[in-house]
Formats: sequence, structure tokens, C-alpha cells
Amino acid sequence: MNVKVLILLILWPFATLAQGFAGLGTDANGFAVPQPNPVFDFPSDHGPHPDYRIEWWYLTANLQDADGVDFGLQWTLFRTALAPGEAKGWTSPQVWFAHAAVTTPDAHYATERFARGGVGLAGVEADPFRAWIDEWAMEGPDFDTLSLTAQGPDFGYDMALQANGPLVFHGQDGFSVKSNEGQASYYYSQPFYQISGTLHLPDGPVEVTGRAWLDREWSSQPLSDSQSGWDWFSLSFDSGDKLMGFQLRQRDGSFYSASTWIEPDGRMTAYPDGAFSAVPVAQSSVAGRLVPTTWQVCLPDRALDARVGAVNTQAWMPLSIPYWEGPVSVSGSHAGVGYLEMTGYE
Amino acid sequence: MTRACLAALLSHWRRNPLQLFAFLAGLALATALWSGVQAINAEARASYGAAAATLGEGQFDQIVPVAAETLSQSDFVMLRRSGWLVSPLIEGRLGDVRLVGFDPLSSPAGFVAAEVTQPDDLGGFLQPGQLYADADTAAQLSVDVDVVIDPNVAPGIAVGDIGVVQRLLNRTDLSRLLVQPEQPLQRPVLDDIAPHLRIQAASQTADVGELTDSFHLNLTAFGLLSFAVGLFIVYSTIGLAFEQRRGMVRTLRALGVSLPRLVMLMILEVLMLAVVGAGIGVMLGYLIAAMLLPDVAVTLRGLYGADVAGSLQFRVSWWGSGMAIAVVGALAAAGARLWQIARMPLLESARPRAWAMTSGRAQRVQGAIAGVLLLIAVGLAWGGTGLMAGFALLGCFLIGAALALPILVRPLLAYAEKAARTPVARWFWADTRQQLPGLSLALMALLLAISANIGVATMVSSFRLTFVAFLDQRLAPELYVETANAVQAAAIEANLPKVGASVLPLLAIEITVAGQPTRLFGVRVGPTYWQNWVFLDTAPDAWDVVDAGTAAVINEQLARRAGLWVGDMVDVTPARALPIAAIVADYGNPRGQLIVGEGLFRALYPDVSARQFGVRTTDRAGVRGILTSELGIPDSAITDQSNLKAFSLQVFDRTFTVTAALNVLTLAVAGFAMLMSLLTLADLRVPQLAPVWALGLTRRRIGQLELLRAVVFAVVVCIFALPVGLGLAWVLLAIINVEAFGWRLPMHLFPADYAQLGVYAMLAAVAAAAWPALRLMQTPPATLLKVFAHER
Amino acid sequence: MTKANPVLILEDVEKSFFGADGAVPVLRGVGLTLHPGETLALTGESGSGKSTLLHIAGGLETADAGRVQVAGHSLGNMSDTERAAVRCNDVAVIFQQFNLIPSLNVADNIAFQARLAGRSDDGLTVDLATRLGLSEQLRKYPEALSGGQQQRVAIARAIAARPRVLLADEPTGNLDEGTASDVMDQLLALVADTGAALLLVTHSPAIAARMDRRLHLSRGRIV
Repeated sequence: MNVKVLILLILWPFATLAQGFAGLGTDANGFAVPQPNPVFDFPSDHGPHPDYRIEWWYLTANLQDADGVDFGLQWTLFRTALAPGEAKGWTSPQVWFAHAAVTTPDAHYATERFARGGVGLAGVEADPFRAWIDEWAMEGPDFDTLSLTAQGPDFGYDMALQANGPLVFHGQDGFSVKSNEGQASYYYSQPFYQISGTLHLPDGPVEVTGRAWLDREWSSQPLSDSQSGWDWFSLSFDSGDKLMGFQLRQRDGSFYSASTWIEPDGRMTAYPDGAFSAVPVAQSSVAGRLVPTTWQVCLPDRALDARVGAVNTQAWMPLSIPYWEGPVSVSGSHAGVGYLEMTGYE
Repeated sequence: MTRACLAALLSHWRRNPLQLFAFLAGLALATALWSGVQAINAEARASYGAAAATLGEGQFDQIVPVAAETLSQSDFVMLRRSGWLVSPLIEGRLGDVRLVGFDPLSSPAGFVAAEVTQPDDLGGFLQPGQLYADADTAAQLSVDVDVVIDPNVAPGIAVGDIGVVQRLLNRTDLSRLLVQPEQPLQRPVLDDIAPHLRIQAASQTADVGELTDSFHLNLTAFGLLSFAVGLFIVYSTIGLAFEQRRGMVRTLRALGVSLPRLVMLMILEVLMLAVVGAGIGVMLGYLIAAMLLPDVAVTLRGLYGADVAGSLQFRVSWWGSGMAIAVVGALAAAGARLWQIARMPLLESARPRAWAMTSGRAQRVQGAIAGVLLLIAVGLAWGGTGLMAGFALLGCFLIGAALALPILVRPLLAYAEKAARTPVARWFWADTRQQLPGLSLALMALLLAISANIGVATMVSSFRLTFVAFLDQRLAPELYVETANAVQAAAIEANLPKVGASVLPLLAIEITVAGQPTRLFGVRVGPTYWQNWVFLDTAPDAWDVVDAGTAAVINEQLARRAGLWVGDMVDVTPARALPIAAIVADYGNPRGQLIVGEGLFRALYPDVSARQFGVRTTDRAGVRGILTSELGIPDSAITDQSNLKAFSLQVFDRTFTVTAALNVLTLAVAGFAMLMSLLTLADLRVPQLAPVWALGLTRRRIGQLELLRAVVFAVVVCIFALPVGLGLAWVLLAIINVEAFGWRLPMHLFPADYAQLGVYAMLAAVAAAAWPALRLMQTPPATLLKVFAHER
Repeated sequence: MTKANPVLILEDVEKSFFGADGAVPVLRGVGLTLHPGETLALTGESGSGKSTLLHIAGGLETADAGRVQVAGHSLGNMSDTERAAVRCNDVAVIFQQFNLIPSLNVADNIAFQARLAGRSDDGLTVDLATRLGLSEQLRKYPEALSGGQQQRVAIARAIAARPRVLLADEPTGNLDEGTASDVMDQLLALVADTGAALLLVTHSPAIAARMDRRLHLSRGRIV
């Protein structure tokens, strides 16, 4: 892909290339802006919202094979818009791109795709649910029962998902604030998937099972000018509880955090800025950068004080927009597995 | 010491500005013509390269339709949805400009159709859309989108987003797909999901450079010839200068300049002058190229659809080679003289020896070399194969003939002297014979120039004669119609015969025959073909068997390249071989052609339908009216044959305008060579003429005789040039053309043209001789008398 | 008078030329010595080898046998380049045929050998030109001068080079008597001024008489 063109495309009209994800929007420019007290309408809100600038369907999974070896899997479809709205044919302002990755203890595979909207190369339909780009697809009769496929030049996978819990809404009923200036996104998750299937790796196919977590988020200005990146955790504890926590790193060194505690029956508690903290404990040299790969994560309200460590520290996504994403294991006050995403580390 | 010595050497040129001028001008002209031609070629090649890069030619595999010109957008989406990482491309013409549409998101890395560098414009690239083009092309576009001027875009091409270009071309389909080098793990075989598409490997894409090779070869040959002629001037000037400086050389050595140092300084001197001459030549070359380039560009676009930039750039490839070849040529020309100087004993007589160049030994050596070269030429003509052998043959023949000229002329002059009856006449012939060595180089140059003129003129005229007949043959239908879809095609087939017009569908598909890329045609055999087509060789009733589907016709190119002839079998498909019923000439086409009957073609390729039709009718206007009003075919899709013919001929003529220009220049250079030789020899003539003058021949008479001598020389050279020129034409037509392009033109003679050329040559010779003759006529008696006073 | 070291020594010089009938000996053991400031005339009939001897003395030709020493340099073993260097720095030759460089003007011609040797002096050039009556001709080219003027330029050139040895081969051969006499006067005056040694080949007994010494060559030997 013509990298130069893509980057210019995605980041138009912004010039802040170096921020990667962080550059994805600091002002609204005619796009719709999330408002507090949202009312969601499913299944149609599982589909795309073309009036908003950026949106994603973000699946991560912790898997194990028959021998108990840990694997991680990622499937993400992004939608970004050059202008609000839809149009038919090549004039559509919607641009789609997707990342797929598999992490093993020794290796990390990642690949990406790009497609223009409006011609049928990529898109999402809400009912029945179908999200696709080229031959990758996440689809099923409804949001709870899905099949998942993706492939790159050297790896691929073929999975089936089944949800056994309700949707979870972050922030205030799905209105997730990201900074003190108040910009926010609509954000909900389906963290209760059981997943199984086959990983096609260079050494051969691997049958795996595990848990998967799907994030849905859309907004027109995810970050403010003062923020340089974020660290995002989704953790599933052995107790059956789950935690979603993120902290946005401010340029002045302070943080803005938010978190959601999810109980096994789906009840959730949203915590405001400051309740959740994540402190880097150890760094690794990854792709020529120093990236923290072991963290101490605290949520005093839930007596959470746990060590979160990467299964494979080299889970760097060497794509057009680079970032770190990989499976982690949790120990300390709580034990379990999860996924970690870190952006903005140069 | 070096400085003083060099100053002395260079002072010679200051005191003999004419010789300096001859040297510099000769070298400059030679270099100018060479580098001018190279500049044109280099510019064209750069444009082809840029165009190829713009269109991804040769870099990526492509997916193209098997039997159509376009593929549908839904095919593209289907392929991507199956896991094929391909990128869409659309190409079409808008007026004179080639529009290329691509998708920046999916195009492979390294495919740089345009450097989209300004972030502010990027959104505009997609919506409402922009085109990127260089300044010249932008000027030709009248579209409703912004045109961004980008000098990096190949000439004649405008690039834009695929959606934008589709809209401008009023199309919804695609031309082809680029295949990303890296593909995902699993994807279905192309034949299974899209049997109407095929993969074309990167290496097989049509190379515009190949197509235009003949044209560039033409130019290069000319450049080389001109260079050789110019180098003759340099050689004779250096020879003369060195002859005149023998005294200075003796003095310098006597005064204590060592021989190695002296030779080094003389080499340095030649080098310095050569660089100056070459530099001037490169500048002139640029001017010549700049003047000729627009014509060349039009020719190339018309003949081959190739786009060439209209403006010239300084590229090292041509000015570097121009400088190099000029400096090396000058040094080589000086080499022989330097060798003589190096071996000259210190105290040798210092008098310039006008007659020394005739030493019997030198003559015999020259004769031997000429003989050897001509023998080699004959040998190559007999048994040589390949283009290189053809050029070697050409070179040996021309140089051999040139070297043989003085040796053959001398006995003629001796005979004339014996046959002369008056003393003046006898002196005239004797003097002519004595002048021969000094002028021999100029005469050789003149011979080459006139022969080249004759040879190339013969070739071009033969070509044109044949081409016109060929066009009449092939462009028989009165109208050509291009249909947009099957409905229109069917309508034409159904309706036109009702009004008495006969319809000839043009069925064609690209295949490979005997390893050669070939176009297979299916023709509706009828009167058009029986009456108009002329075969090079044929079996009886060729058209009948072709119509029956039991034989095929191939073109000369395919025949020569695959080594096939009438009666041999040719594979129409891997499973189906047919005997060859006839060979047809196909001038100018670099590809092979295989022709079968319509019935057989449709049986082999039922999916291919004709989109283009030839229409035979006596009522062009009427049929045209029916096509536009009743069948809904746009006027722009109908071409009148006479327009097509006129256009083809125009392009043809433009091509050879360039050749004609170079021809004239070469002749001028040869005339100049003669002028310079005569002028620089003028000093040496004085002691030869003084005695005759003293005995009573007036200076005016002497001047007139000089002019007469020039005419005599010109006539003699012309007479020799005729067979050499015709030989040259024969080699070009029968050997070079055939080896290079696979088709052979019959040779025709044009005596009127030759006579005209002869007159021009004589005029050139007289013009060249006029000034020196005038100078001789005006030589003051005192100078003539000094000869007798031994004060020289 | 104390004699300084000889500036030119020829001992037992032999030279033969090879013609159609075999070797023709021209010099059969000739010797002479010149001291600085001395003038010596070489006389003899045509073909006696005087010019050859002169050429050998100047390194323009090589002797078949014998010793040749010029200004302390022994020419016998020298390469062509080395002999050229000796010629340039220590010897000046005046030919019968003037041998001026036709494309340089008189001033440049006069200064030429001196420039080759790296010791040109514009003042000396003008001075010599004046003394030889050439001051009007400095900007002219040789072809515009008369024979006598050209020979004077040749002399000026030789002197301007400040050689140790001056070799003159019939310098007045092409001149009429009156001019010849004037030219000889000027030459001898200049030689006396510079202290060079002069070896002069001549037909004329009158001129020979004006030299310090005379040697007569007959059939290859000094008699």
C-alpha cells in the first residue's frame, strides 16, 4: 500500500503524524459529537455510524491450546471518514482499514488491510450482523453468535464465538469521557464471549479455545491536544469478574483514567478519573523503543492490586499506524488473563 | 617550460584562425548531430520509462481480460472478497491526453502514479477530485476538476483517483488490475472464480520501447553517419596543422624540448581544443534536438501511441556520450599524426610536404585496407546473420568504398591527362591528380554523404510507395465503426446489409504462437479480401481454404521469426494446427498476425465478440446517417477510411521529415569539409601555382579552373556515390530491416531523385570551392613571386 | 690569462651515416676544446662533416664513438630527454635557416628559449632587440621581416637564453655581404658581453678570421 498516501489520508486534515492513534482527531469539523445520556438501539447500533469520524469493532481473545500454551488473537475493523455521511461508489467518504494479529509466547504475527467504502469492499451490516473487509469477516445471525476469519501472508485463523453475558456500557451508560475538557465517545463492549477455532500458523494449525472481548466505540474526537497516547487494559479474572481500565497520558505527565468493573452476571460499576491507576514496573526494548510490558494495576475500591505482564513482550504491531497490543497474564491480588494495548510510545 | 611550449603550440591556431575554425566547427557539427539525435532518443526513452512507471508496466503482475478490452468493477470486488489482493486501474483517452485512474489505498508499494505530497490537497484528490499532470499536459485538459501541476508525471498522462477518472471517461468499468506482490495465505485459483480473466506476468507487458525501436534506430544510424563525416573534417584539419608545424616541431626539439614532453603537450592541445569543440557541439545538439523534438513527438504518438515530453532535458547520457565520443574521436584522428611526429628524426626537412601524403606505400596500404573491408562486406552479406552482422556489413561496405575512392579516381585522372591535348588541359589534369591526396578526405566525406542521401532516399521512397499500396490494400472498408456493447454490434450486423452495405466484423484475440506474441484474427472472407490483399507467397485458392477453416494466413513477421512458410503447420491453439496457405506483408507491425476464417474463430473462441466493424459501402453519408440516427452510435465512433489513410500518411511523412532534415545537414557537413580542406590547402597551393602563373596563366583563369576542378570532383564522386548509395539502400532494405523488424520492403529506383541529388552535390561543391578560388584569384603577385625568391 | 674549465670537450668523435652502399664515415676521430668566452671557427668543404660535428656538440645527433662533454655533462650515456635538457639550459643553436616560430611575434620568439629554460627576462629581451636594431619589429611576425632581420632575431633568441655554449651553423650563409658583416659584428659583441663560448661553422674565410681560433675539417679529420 502506498503508505505515504494512506497516512495522509487517515490523518487529513491533521498534520500530527507522529502521534499515531493520538492524531486521530482533536477537533470535530462537521462531524456529529457524542452527547451525554445516550439511548442505544440494537441491533442497528451494532452497525456503522457514518456521521462520526472514527469507529471500530475491536475483538481481542485469550486462548489456550490443548497443552495449555497461551495465545492471543486480535481482529479489528476501523472505519474513518473524510466527511460525514455515506455515498455510493468511489465518492464515498468512508475509508475502512483492519488489523489482525496472533501472539504466541515466541512469536507475534500481524497484518493489515485497507479498503474504500461505497463499492462493497468493506463495511458492516447490523442485522444479521456482518463486518467484513476483503475476505476477512466477523459475522453471524446476531451479535451473540459469530464466526471470525482473517488471514495474512503467513498466518490466519478461523474461529467461532458465542456470547454468554449481556452488553456492558462504559462511562455513564455508554458515554465515555476521555479528558477534563470533556470530549467523549460512545463505548460499549461484549466481554463474555467463549471462543474456539483453529489458528493457522507457519508451524501448522493449532486448535485453541478461550475467552474473547469485543469493544465497540465511535466518536469524532477521541483525544484532546494535551494527550499523547493511552494504555488500555481488559482483564478477565479467575473469579469471573472483569475489568476495563484505561489511562490517557497527558503531555504534562499527568493522567486521565477511567475504568469499569464488571461482575460475572453483567452488573457494571463505572469509576471516574483517578480511581484506576496503572504504573509501569518493567520496560522492554520493543521494535527499537522502550515500552513498559509489566504493570502494577490498582483499583482500591475493589481491592485490586495486581501485576500484569505481557505473555510476549514483542507484541508490536508494525503497521501503518504502529502500536503495542498483546495478551497479558494477571497475578497478585487477582489472577487471570487479559489484553493490553499501548499507543503513543515512540 | 611547459607553459612556453604550450603557448607556442597554441599560437599556431591564433595565427591560423581558419584552421582553428575548421577544427572546432568540424568537431562541433559532428558532435551536434550525434548528440542531437541521442538527446531525442534519450528524451523519448525517459518518457517511455516514466509512462511505464506511471502505469505499473513491467513492475507488477496484472490481471487482464482474456478476450475483451475491459473488466467489470464487480469482478474486482469479487476478487478482493475472495482474498486476492489486487488494485484497480482504469485508462482511457480524453482528447490527446491519456487519463489513468488508480486507487491510492490499494495500489502496491512502489507504484507511484503520482507523488501526492501536499496533505492539504489529499482530501481534494478523492473528493471532489483532482488530476495530476505535467504542465504541457495540463494545458491540454479541459475538465471540471482541478488539475495540479506536477512535473514528475509522465508526459501526455494525467493521473487521478479511480472514481474521478471513471466519471471523466464516462465509464463504470476498469482496464486491468495490479496484483500485489504479497498475497495472503489462501486464495482460490483465478481460473475457478474468474475464467474470463487471466494473469499477465510483469515481464510480458507491451514495451513501448520495443515498438518504437525502429524509429530510434533510424535516428541513431544517422547520428553516427554524421559524426563520421564530421570526424573526417577533424582528421584532415589536424593533418594539415601538423604538417604545417613540422618546422616548429624541429625548432622546439632543437631548442631543448624533449620528445615525450612535446608529444604530451600536443595531446593536451588536441584535448583542450576537442573539449571546446565538443562543448559547442553539445550546445548545438541541444538546439537541433529541441527543434526536431516536437515533430518526433507527434510522429511517435501517431505511429505508436507513445507519449513523449515536448521539452528537452539535459541528460548526462547524451551530452556525456557526445563529449566522450568527440574527444575520443579527435584524439584518434590526431593519433596517426602524433605517431609520425614521434618517429620523425630531429633534423628532418621542415618544408610542408604537400606531396608527401601520396607516398606510394601509403596508397598501397590504403588500397589493401579498402579491399579487405569490401571482402569482409561481401562475406557478411553472403553468410552473416543477425542485426550486428548487418551493421558490420554496412560499416565495412561504406568505409571500404570511401577508402577505395581516391585509389580508383587516380587512374581516371591519369588517363584524362594523357588524353588532353592542350598544355593547359594537361596541366589541369595533372594538377587535379596532384590535389587528390590533400582533398581525398573531403571527397570521401562527400561520397559518404551523397551515398547516404541516395541510400536513405531510396529506402524512404520505396517504403512510401509500398506503404501507400499497403494502406490501400488493408484499409479497404470505407467506414470503421466502434460499438460500445453487444446490442449495437448486433444492430449493425442486422441492419446495414439491408441497405446494401457489407459488414466485416473485426474479431481478434491475443495468443502466443511459436513463442511469439501474436494477434489472432477471424475474418469474414469475401470480395474485400480476394480483391485487395496481396500475398508475398501463396498456395492456390488460399482464401477458399481459409474460409473453410482448414488453413491459416500469417504475416511476414511471424513467418520470419518462427521460421515458417507456406505449407508449414502452425499451432492456432495448442491442440489445433493448420497448414499455412499464404504469407502477407505487414509493414511496421512488430507483432505477429495469424488469420483464420470467421467460422473457425467463433468455434474456437465463442466468448469473443466483435466490437469493431469495417463497413463497405458506396454511400458513406447514407450509412453514416443510419448508424447515428437509427442505431444510436455516436459520431465519434465512426471513422472514415480516407481520414484514416490521410492521417497514416501524414504520420509517415512527419517521420521522414526528421530523416530529411538530417540528410540535408549531413550533406552540408560534407560540403563544409570540402570548403575547409580547400581553404587550408590554399597556402600549399601557392608554390604549385606560381610557376604556372609566371608562365602566363592569369590568376582569373586559375580561379576558374579551380571551380571547374570542384565540379569535376563532384561529378566523379556522384558517379561513384550512385552504386554505393544503391548498395546501401539494398543493405538497409534486405538485411537490416529484415533482421531488425522481420519484414522486407521491395526496392524501387528513382532516377529523377538521384539526378536532383547530383545537381545539389555539384552546387554544394561549387559553393565550397568558390571562396578558395576567389582567394586564389586575389593572391597578390608579390606573394607568388616570393616563391621564386626562396624566402619561404 | 687563467683558463677556466673547458665548457665543451670533444675527444675522438666518430660518426658514420648509413646509405645504400653501406656505412659512410663522416667524422673519424675529431676532437676540440672550448673554454668560456672563446670563439672557434670550423671550416671545411661541403660534406666535410662540420655541420655534423656541430650537431654532435649540441646533442642534436649522437656520436658513434668518442667523448662529448658539454658544460660538465657527459652526453654519451644520456637519454634523449636528458640531452634535450642540456640543450635547453646550457646550449643555444643558431641555424642557417633561422628556424623561428612563425606564429609568435618577434618579442616572443626572442624570449622563447629563455622561457623554456625558465629564465626569461623581459628587460633583456628588449635590450637585445634594441642592440640588434629590432626594436621597431618587436610586435611583428617573422614572415614580415627580411632575411637579415630574421637572422638577427635568431641570434637574439640564442643570446637571450644565456647559454654556456653557442653553436652557430653558417649563420650568415643566407645574407648578402653587407648584412652578414653587420650581423657578425653584433654577434661577436654579444658573445663577448655574456662570456659564452662560440663554435661557428662557416664557409667564409673572412668570418673565420674574426674568431679566436680556427679548425679545418677535411674528410672527417682536423687538419
